[in-house]
Amino acid sequence: MANIYLKEKKVQTLEPKKSTIDFLLNYSKSIKCVKTKHLNVLVNLN
Amino acid sequence: MEKLQISDALLIQQYVEGNENALAALIQKHKSKVYGFIYSKTNDADLSDDIFQDTFIKVIHKLKTSSYHEEGKFLSWVFRISHNLIIDFYRKSNRMPMNRDTDEYSVFSFLSDDSPNVEVKFLKEQSENDVVKLLKFLPQEQQEIIDLKLYKKMSFQEIADHLDVSVNTCLGRMRYAIKKMQKLVKEHDIFLVN
Repeated sequence: MANIYLKEKKVQTLEPKKSTIDFLLNYSKSIKCVKTKHLNVLVNLN
Repeated sequence: MEKLQISDALLIQQYVEGNENALAALIQKHKSKVYGFIYSKTNDADLSDDIFQDTFIKVIHKLKTSSYHEEGKFLSWVFRISHNLIIDFYRKSNRMPMNRDTDEYSVFSFLSDDSPNVEVKFLKEQSENDVVKLLKFLPQEQQEIIDLKLYKKMSFQEIADHLDVSVNTCLGRMRYAIKKMQKLVKEHDIFLVN
């Protein structure tokens, strides 16, 4: 009887580009939440 | 020196309080799983980068405007955002990805074989191809469980949170998937090499 033998094999690690992450970190620093009476609004600090 | 794993809840709290390094830590912690999830649906590195970026832009917006309430399911929440963005993309381009496997990467490459023997290597490749074909006979939800567990290496708890089902349901689907695969091997007279 054939058995299905499933075992983890080392696979290529997939990751986003460094520039993508750098963009996200810079983007986060460039915006700020301003709380108004009714809303929380994101404003660009640049 | 012991390396402490800071919880998502603490990182989110620090980020909301203004610590930008906490965002960096959050992204570093989860980037492989999130990107891997996106790539498995798109098979396109550039598109995956775009969707990854859009996903975390939404995450940043939600966190900065205090629209997200941490309940221990941060990663599941991020997966949902990226999943919806993928659907939006394909809806706009009016096509869905038909095949997960490409020349450079096979999602289901998980048969192990340590033997250097050429014949065994050949048989292993045959088995791998047969397993890939067999997986397509499984119901969508069983294919999804195998994908999330074996390819994205998520725990059953994480899978349960992501799919919004119980852990027992995930375990059951996995068990049925394996049983179905064994049945298909018999029906199709396939001989698999360990």
